[in-house]
Amino acid sequence: MKADPKGVLTGSHTLTGNHACAEGAFAAGCRFLGLYPIVPSLEISERFLERAPEVGATFIQMEDEVSVLAAVLGASWTGKKSMTVTSGPGLSLMMEHLGLGVMLETPCVIVDIQRAGPALGMPGRPAQGDMMQARWGSHGDYEIIALSPSSPQEMFDYTIKAFNLSERYRIPVALMSDAYVAHLKEEIVIPHAEEIEIEPRRYYKGAKDKYLPFKRDKDFVPRMVNIGDGYKFHVTGLTHDDRGYPVMNEECQEYNVHPLVWKVRNYVDEIIEVQEAETEDAEVIIISYGATSRAALKAMEQARKSGIKVGSLRLVTVWPFPEKRVAELAKKVKAFVVPEMNFGQVVLEVERCSYGNANVIFVPHGENGVENTDDLLSAIKQAGQADKVESVIIEFNKGV
Amino acid sequence: MKAKETKTKEIQSVPSKKGEIHPMENLLRMDRMPHIWCPSCGIGLAVTAFASALEKANIDPDKISIVSGIGCTGRVAGYVKLDSFHTTHGRPIAFGTGIRVANPKIKVVVFSGDGDLIAIGGNHFIHAARRNIDMLVVCVNNFIYAMTGGQVAPTTPLAAYATTSPYGCVEPPFNIPYIADSSGAVYVARWTTLHIRRLINSLAEALQKKGFSVVEVISPCGMYYSRINKLGDGLDMMKFYHDNVEIRHGEDTKNLDIGFQTKIICGKFVDRERPSYMERYNQWLSGVKGGSRDEG
Repeated sequence: MKADPKGVLTGSHTLTGNHACAEGAFAAGCRFLGLYPIVPSLEISERFLERAPEVGATFIQMEDEVSVLAAVLGASWTGKKSMTVTSGPGLSLMMEHLGLGVMLETPCVIVDIQRAGPALGMPGRPAQGDMMQARWGSHGDYEIIALSPSSPQEMFDYTIKAFNLSERYRIPVALMSDAYVAHLKEEIVIPHAEEIEIEPRRYYKGAKDKYLPFKRDKDFVPRMVNIGDGYKFHVTGLTHDDRGYPVMNEECQEYNVHPLVWKVRNYVDEIIEVQEAETEDAEVIIISYGATSRAALKAMEQARKSGIKVGSLRLVTVWPFPEKRVAELAKKVKAFVVPEMNFGQVVLEVERCSYGNANVIFVPHGENGVENTDDLLSAIKQAGQADKVESVIIEFNKGV
Repeated sequence: MKAKETKTKEIQSVPSKKGEIHPMENLLRMDRMPHIWCPSCGIGLAVTAFASALEKANIDPDKISIVSGIGCTGRVAGYVKLDSFHTTHGRPIAFGTGIRVANPKIKVVVFSGDGDLIAIGGNHFIHAARRNIDMLVVCVNNFIYAMTGGQVAPTTPLAAYATTSPYGCVEPPFNIPYIADSSGAVYVARWTTLHIRRLINSLAEALQKKGFSVVEVISPCGMYYSRINKLGDGLDMMKFYHDNVEIRHGEDTKNLDIGFQTKIICGKFVDRERPSYMERYNQWLSGVKGGSRDEG
């Protein structure tokens, strides 16, 4: 299916990451935004609201982030593609309904513009400290899909990708950006509507009295219907059977929750997108995502110039994690260097998936680290020289 | 690894006598009966009244969605044959707000308990009333958290016992009609499960109302509230309602506090007009050049 031209602002624009995200949402067909004001994601909502009347979209500012995601889930069941945007503290409050979204298998997109935490942290300054929360933050077993853009153009592209994945797998998708990318202003190109591929919602098309809201189709995903179409369906956040009726036994728990996990795990090859550069002959590979990828690519070039064989593996999809690819590369390289704007989150996954075959050097950095590659370069040099280095953490000592 | 294919057992529904049809079969999920509510509970009566009100108000069952939270009354959505959602604790109003704003053709009914709507969901309750979202909220008030076994609720009368108020409740309770009224609800009524005919009329009236309507249904909880407070069984509670309810339509909602085994004032207290959220939204939209919203 092609994009609805009404939401596509075709042309070349100079936009911030936040504004590009709002345009991506419109292009993807998003017609409902639930919001609660929070820095530094607010500009997405502001752009959305400004353009909503001409695009035909609806919005509501709720009383807190808990109710925001509840409203987004309700809106999604009316057939409207729905999203919300937030930042750290807001994401914490959304964990309750992230779980409900997973359990009710409701497509929606949650944009998280990460800011330094914990608690209030530094509202306007970037970080990547919510990565594990997005993956594990709600209680119980589930899988989540999370993407991480590194430029305004990618904010546009991956917002569309997030909606497409969300409809394809009937799952909430998180777009994990950060304040650096959100406030970065760059030129972006918005293509014509007919060049934008949109994943339509997978609807049930059978007899009204035969509809089962959680009966899995061949692709592992149950078909949806809209509120008001006369199906009189029931869905519950309790463990349920195909009819959506609660069943309190272990057998049904397995029947219900197992597919929530495997509908993602069975399709990791389709879901996962990574961008590799110069990994063929690399002895050291930088694994990065989001704003940090910008430093990674710069450091790679600089290190190559000084004769170190460095490659880059950029995670577009952070969750599910590209386990297979990292394990393959671990056998070929001396070390992975993992820069992150936090004190060690995705690096744990890299360590796990290396299975001891490669050293893992973690480079925590702040906002400065996106521009200044000194720490990263010294880590690369260390990784390239030593035959056997124990996993090291480069001390984060850039003063304020 | 592929997920194992397992099948759940079919739930056995109660076999009915040949030719016997429940008069509300078109509005109830008969394949889910028997329900989970205890003997003497009033929630079933509230559901019956609601189903009758739907018929009385002539509401198209295809265009109505019912949302419940958690708790005994939270289970209502699961027994009513409408597009129904059993959501998280305290959030049905927020969930319903999303439905209503995204598709204003859908009438939203939130059916939940006092703990769900007034404690954990209290903030959503007052804000939905302030916005005047088109929504009927049926709040079944049994003065206690019953699903978890009888804990003190924001509606538990002073001095009443609960498992978490073993020496008597020390917190003054909320007066639900007063909160609804002062937050901006356009229709506020209170009935007990004894006043079925009046409750049906009130629910039917509220269903046709534009804006945020609240109907509080005082219900007996024989298993927890009555037992721990030694108030007898369901029938005794009904007798209590019969002897102690005073109907005062239009009473100032300030005067509707409920004490421990004191008089309960019922009636229709508020019935007024105020522009609803969608009316204001559409009015704003019509003033924007090229403004529109995708329907459906």
